[in-house]
This record gives sequence, structure tokens and C-alpha cells, in this order.
Amino acid sequence: MPFIPHTDTDVREMLAAIGADSIETLFDEIPAALRVDGLNAIPPAVGEMEITRLMEARAAQDVMGLNFIGAGAYEHHIPAAVWQIVTRGEFYSAYTPYQAEASQGTLQVIYEYQSMMAGLTGLPISNASLYDGASALSEAVLMAVRANRRSKSQRVLMPLTVHPAYRSVTRSIVASQGIEIVDVPFDPATGRVDPAALAVFAGEDITALVIPQPNFFGVLEEVDALTDWAHANGAQAIGVVNPVSLALLTPPGQWGQQGVDMVVGDGQPLGAPLSSGGPYFGFLCCRKEHVRQMPGRIVGRTVDADGRPGFVLTLQAREQHIRRSKATSNICTNQGLVVTAATIHMALLGPEGLERVAGACVEGCGSLVARLRARGFEIPFTDERFHEFVLRVGVDGEALLARMAAAGVLGGHALGGDYPELSDAILVCVTETKTAADLDRYVAVLEQARADLAG
Amino acid sequence: MLIFERSRPGRRTPSQAPAGRADVAALPERFRRRRPAPLPEVSELDVVRHYTRLSQKNFSIDTHFYPLGSCTMKYNPRVCNSLAMLPGFLRRHPHAPESVSQGFLSCMFELQEMLKDVTGMQAVSLTPMAGAQGEFAGVAMIHAYHKARGDEGRTEILVPDAAHGTNPATATMCGYAVREIPTDASGDVDMEALKAAVGPATAGIMLTNPSTLGVFERRIHEIAQVVHDAGGLLYYDGANLNAILGKVRPGDMGFDVIHMNLHKTFSTPHGGGGPGAGAVGVSERLKPFLPIPVVGREGDRYRWLTERDLPQSIGRLSAFAGNAGVLLRAYVYMRLLGREGMPRVADYSTLNANYVMARLRSLGYDLAFPERRATHEFIVTLRRQAKAQGVTAMDVAKRLLDYGFHAPTTYFPLLVPECLLIEPTETESKETLDAYVEAMAKILEEAASEPETVKGAPHTQPNRRFDEVRAARELDVAWQPEAG
Repeated sequence: MPFIPHTDTDVREMLAAIGADSIETLFDEIPAALRVDGLNAIPPAVGEMEITRLMEARAAQDVMGLNFIGAGAYEHHIPAAVWQIVTRGEFYSAYTPYQAEASQGTLQVIYEYQSMMAGLTGLPISNASLYDGASALSEAVLMAVRANRRSKSQRVLMPLTVHPAYRSVTRSIVASQGIEIVDVPFDPATGRVDPAALAVFAGEDITALVIPQPNFFGVLEEVDALTDWAHANGAQAIGVVNPVSLALLTPPGQWGQQGVDMVVGDGQPLGAPLSSGGPYFGFLCCRKEHVRQMPGRIVGRTVDADGRPGFVLTLQAREQHIRRSKATSNICTNQGLVVTAATIHMALLGPEGLERVAGACVEGCGSLVARLRARGFEIPFTDERFHEFVLRVGVDGEALLARMAAAGVLGGHALGGDYPELSDAILVCVTETKTAADLDRYVAVLEQARADLAG
Repeated sequence: MLIFERSRPGRRTPSQAPAGRADVAALPERFRRRRPAPLPEVSELDVVRHYTRLSQKNFSIDTHFYPLGSCTMKYNPRVCNSLAMLPGFLRRHPHAPESVSQGFLSCMFELQEMLKDVTGMQAVSLTPMAGAQGEFAGVAMIHAYHKARGDEGRTEILVPDAAHGTNPATATMCGYAVREIPTDASGDVDMEALKAAVGPATAGIMLTNPSTLGVFERRIHEIAQVVHDAGGLLYYDGANLNAILGKVRPGDMGFDVIHMNLHKTFSTPHGGGGPGAGAVGVSERLKPFLPIPVVGREGDRYRWLTERDLPQSIGRLSAFAGNAGVLLRAYVYMRLLGREGMPRVADYSTLNANYVMARLRSLGYDLAFPERRATHEFIVTLRRQAKAQGVTAMDVAKRLLDYGFHAPTTYFPLLVPECLLIEPTETESKETLDAYVEAMAKILEEAASEPETVKGAPHTQPNRRFDEVRAARELDVAWQPEAG
């Protein structure tokens, strides 16, 4: 029996100790009418060899080719040491560190993670993780509503330059709590939040403003002005950032005069493989005064009965297992193992390594933009960007990408579904993983695919 | 020692990052960080040794018996990990076209089908990323269902007092008021109280069966009838599905929506707190509201079903499609066990729980529900010892660490005083259970003969008990460059 160690003798002795005739007897409290008689859709058991062969065949079916898709999930080099350590059984098969004395490894990792995120974002408090960047934004919106006691409107301004899936998830999650999510359009010339569109709301009761950096189009927003606008209008400022970009860009804690109130993002670029969309992790950092509104676990450093330092889960009175219906969130399980990967990843790269990664992204992206411009392609919006750009292709984006995929290049993400005005545009990402030869191949495959479609 | 304290200016691991600094002149000064991020500067060996040593300070399933009630800490088969981490799966971008995603999508489709079968539900969405998000999805679907029928007056969710904290927290997140239903003396839902509570305001009830009290809710059929008659729906919290896998199906019990903790029942790792996966299953009437995306099949092709296919969906819960890597692990696990392996999980987890319960009872431990069968877990109460010797459930839990066993769940459920919730799982051998019982016997003796030893435990761990009040009062949640 797979993973069940019992011998017949064991079962006999155990039943004797219980005083039961058979294992079946142990289910005698379940009404007989409810019992199921066999399962049909689940295939019979297979061995490790057979399942290995099957999974290898399926994995081999999905040949990715050269990947230029970003749109919230980014291909980076992950040092070999990261997942070799992460999948050690002591990390992999441990539970939530509720018994602190038996969980110092996990607890210290989370403390170090919180410290690294505080350093990257410039905000002093980080939680131990949320599910992903999108759910982290939803939690930040709920948190801002709790934290902004002067605002009665529960209106949150959400620029259309925020990742469309993040906006959609936030709507799903805050829908039944009476919170109004208001779209803020972008300037079609720059691809940034339109200051005139924002000005319409000046003087109104606004609970929070969401500020993406870089935004979904890869463009750098005028974050100082946006943060100051939020605070001048009594709104909380919520940053949404790419953590790798923070090795080069101003930390959100220093945006504008006061810095943002809270910042979220997806931690995937810090050591999590693309892996079909997960597991990744969401991070959430905030100013000190908002700590009691923070959802999720937080690790604190303290001392034990002998005065030795160590780590525990702290401020648990915010959480569902203590506060139940009055908790700051229902979150329990988070993304601990992926946070462990991120911590090791950041430690291996260090400040300079992470900066080199971010720099190579900026340079590579600029380099592809230059190549495409030289071939006559239109790249709308400002050139002030991180590692993604919008490319007008003059034909239907979806159709073009299908052609490119057939030629072994995943050319980007089609924008028409979320932005009908950009249905002839795609979002292209270049990370440090792409060489000059890769960029040349991209241009060649793109031109061929476009010519095929046009012809 | 913290990784930051191992840092030395100028030390680095050059092969991990691009060679040389890039030209970032295109990036205007006003967007630039003025000082480098305060990350540690360490060598690769420093990192490997530091985190390997930290790992050794953990208890884990791979190193210790971990009978944590309601958490199902069973063995996580290694092959599930290695196959989910095949390069083809790791490299797949979530937005990769369906033409190059058929291998992955076929696994997800089959996982949906297997979960439908084992739960008796009509459709499954894999997107929720943990149990609590599955709960959210479930209650949001109940909300959407009533709204779609124009039945707007339902403002309450009923939750038994024994429920996990996530249940009431979820109901609140979905905009509902929570009404608690008491438990009767034998551990079942108090039927009279339930009947008095249901009415036109009832949107639904959230139930775990077996309940967190470690017993099967015998009148589940009657509960379903009472709630349905009042127009409410039944939500099944799948935290304890391990106990009934392949024996009874929530769909057959009358539940309208369930979430499954794949990181419990289907043995994906807990990873020190996550990631999990909280797939949801629904009855026919809730199908239109499932969270998206869902994997569909047309002929021999698989594709994502989105808003276009499910216009009444409660929407997206993750930026992509949930914790795909976790779902792949669960898929491999279910294939390895097969249809015949499902009821065996219930058989042997129940056998192990009843065995440990019988042995502890004969040692003199008090059971919370001595007249009931254990399911996959059971509750011991130390109320007597706490009164007589001042030895609490927490003390026993900490003393177990000294004997090399992870503690059971303590002080949950909240309605049993000084309780230990013990869940051995099916993957533990009789020898391990016997050794655990022996440790529990020694602790019982110590509680009488040398209570201070128990109260002062643990004695053999890297740390003794922590000052948790100080942790909360003098909040230190991040290393400070100045102070370090």
C-alpha cells in the first residue's frame, strides 16, 4: 500500500488494543445510507515508474521556446542553491511555526525575509507573505479602508495602468464589503496615470490611491507626485511594485514627501520559477502606525526564559485563529516555502547582484526597443520604463503571437482583451536571461510573422 | 546569527548575476534609488551553510512524528516534488498559449475530474491558493447564488462554535454577519439551537465533518434538510477530508459547496506555512458561479474557461490560475494512490487515531468524547492535571518536544479546556505510535512526580520558552542596519 506502513500483524494488534473486530467497525458512526460504493473517475493506482514516464511525457509536450512574456510573471535566472536548500525536508515538510521552540529555522528565515523586504521597500514592517501580488493588493485595499479612519467613502482609486488581473482579483475580493473601486484612465501619449483624470477627484473623500511602479505597460509612473496627491487629498497611498526593480528604483517608503502607507507586489521575480503561475507569493509592507491593521503572520524577535534571542509569531491577536470574525483577514496558510526561496535568492545575489539583474533588464529592454524602432516598429508611450514595453504590431496581437509561438518564440502578451484600444499591440518583456542573439531572433521571427499575416 | 551579521562589504557571489554593470543611463535620476538596498553581502558557501543550519532547527515530517490535529501532517512523497519540478513544468509561463500547454492542462483537467469523483461534487475549480481562499470562494458563491435569485434578505452565515477561525473570518470578508451554533454534549451540532437559528436571514452554514472535535456529525442529513428547507446552502470545510476519503462524499451528505486542502488530504507539503491549494467543488446549482479560470476539454484539446464561458463567475482570485505547482503534486499523489488507495487513507488514518486514543485512555488520559469513535483525530483534555498539578496542555506539548515529537494542536477547538487535538495520519507506523504513547506515559508520570520539569519544558531545544509579551510590546520585526 503506497505510503501506509502497516503489516497484517500491526493491524491485528492495533484492533485488539482498540477492541474492534475490523477497521470497518471504526466507521460505524457514519450512517450506512451515506457510504459511497467505489469511485469511478479516479484511475487505478500506478507506480512511481509509470507516473514518472507519464509526467515526463506531458512536461515535454509543453515546449516553451524563447520567452518574452512578462505581464506579471518574469523569467529570471535562479541560482541552483536556492531550490536545493528549499526542498530540504526540514523546510519542505514543516508546518506553520506555531511551536516556536521547534521551528526556529523557519521563524528566522521569515524574520530575515521581513528584514530584506523592509530594506528593499523602505517601509519598516513586512508580513510573512500573502498568496500572490493580486491578492496582496486586495488585502492592502481592505487594510487601507481600516487604516484611513477619516475617510467615510470607502472609495479607492485604481489606475487602469495597474495589472488587469490585480484589478479583477481586487474587485472579486472586496466586492461584498461595500468598497467602491474607481478606474483612473491613463494618458494615451505617455502610458502613465493621466494627471487631469486624477485632478477630477481632488477635494473629494477618497480612501486610497493605488500607484503601480513600474506600471503594467512597463512604464515608470510619476510616483512622487502621485503619492503627494494621495496624501494631500486625505487618501492612503498604496504602491504596487516589482521587487527586482527596487534594486535600482526609489523605494516606495521614500516616494514623495512622506512615502507610501503600504506597498505590495508579487515576489515571484525573487527566485520562484514561472511554473504556470504559481506558487508565487505576495508581499505587503507598511508604515509602523499601520501594523495592527496588517493581515497575515508576522515574526518578531524576542528572548527565551534564559535570555537567549529567538523568534516567534507575534501580534497574533490580528489573526483569524484568535480574533475569528473580527480578524484583519481570513488568511491562514501563506506561501512560506516560496518566501524561503526568495530569502535565499536575495542573500545569494546581494545588493550588487540584484542591481546587476535589474540593470541588465533595463538595458536589454532598451536594446530590443532600439532594434524594433530601427525596423520601423511603433513603440508608444514614454521611454522611461523598467523591463517591459508596449509594441504596436499593426495586426491582431493574438494572431501574431500564435504565429510567433509556432516559430518557437513566445513574443509577448496580447493586450486587446484588457485594453480594446490596444488590440493591435502586445506587451513584451526582456529580462537578464536574453542575449543579443535572442533579441535578433525576436526581431526576425516577429517580422516574419507579421509579413505572413499581412500577406 | 542573522545572515546580515555574516555580511562583509564587497563579498559577493559573482556567478549568480550578470557579469558587469549594465548601462542604465536611460533611467532618469528622479526614479533612482540613492543608496544600495541593505541586503547581505555573503558568499555562496555562507548562504548554503547558513540556511542548511537553520533548516536543522526545524521539526518536520521528514525528521519527526508530527501529530498536529486538523493539519494532516502525513508523509509528502518525494516523487510528487520531483515530477512537479520537471523543467517543462517549471518553465511554462502562465500566459503561454494553449497550443504549448496541453501537457499541463491535461493534468489539471484530470485533477478536477478526480476531485469531483472523490467529493461527489459536480464541478471543481482549482484556482483558490489555500484553504481560507477556498472558503472565501465558497461563501462568495453562496452570496452570488442568492443575489442571482433576487433573494437579497439573507445576511447571516451560521457557524458551529467548534469551527476553525477561518470560517467566521471568511463570512465577515464576504459581508455576512456570523451566528454561532452551539455543540451538544456528545460533540454533535445542537439541533434545537440550529432549528431556532435558521430562517429567512440564513444564507448558509459552514460545517466541517468530521468536525474539529474529532467526531463524525451523525445527523448531517437532518442538518442539510433543516438548512435547505430554510433556503440556505451548506458549505463543507474540507480540513478533515482525510478521515472520510473514499468512504463518504460531501456531495452525498447534501453539501452545496466544499473546499479541499490539497496540502492536507492530498499530501502536498506544508512548507513551513504554505503554499497550499484550496480547490473548490460545487453542486449543480452553484456551477455558474465557480471562480475562474477552470480547465475545459473540447474533443482532445484542453483550454481555459474564463469570463466568456462563465459570465456569472465570482471572478478571479489569483493573478493567474492558482498554485499550479502544488496542484501538480496533488495530481501525482492521487495517481499513485489510485481509486483503491483513497478509502485506504481513511481506513488507516482512522485506525491510527483510534489506536493512539485507546492507548492514551488506558494510560489515564481523559478523552473529550470518551463515548465516541475517533475519526482521523481525537481530543485529550488535561483539565484534571491542570487543576491537580498545574500542568497544562501547553506544558505537555512543550515536553513532547524534548522527547522528539512535535506537539499536537493545543487549545483548539476553543470549547474543550486544556485540550490536545491529536492526528497521527495514516503514514505513521505502529512503532512510531508506540514510541509516542510511551513518551505520553512518561510525561503523565512526570506531571505527578516532577511537575516542574514539565512546566519548564522544553529543555533540549535550541531555545526555551519565549517571552511572547515582549515580542508584541517591543516589536522587532526587521533587522536594522544601524543596530546590527
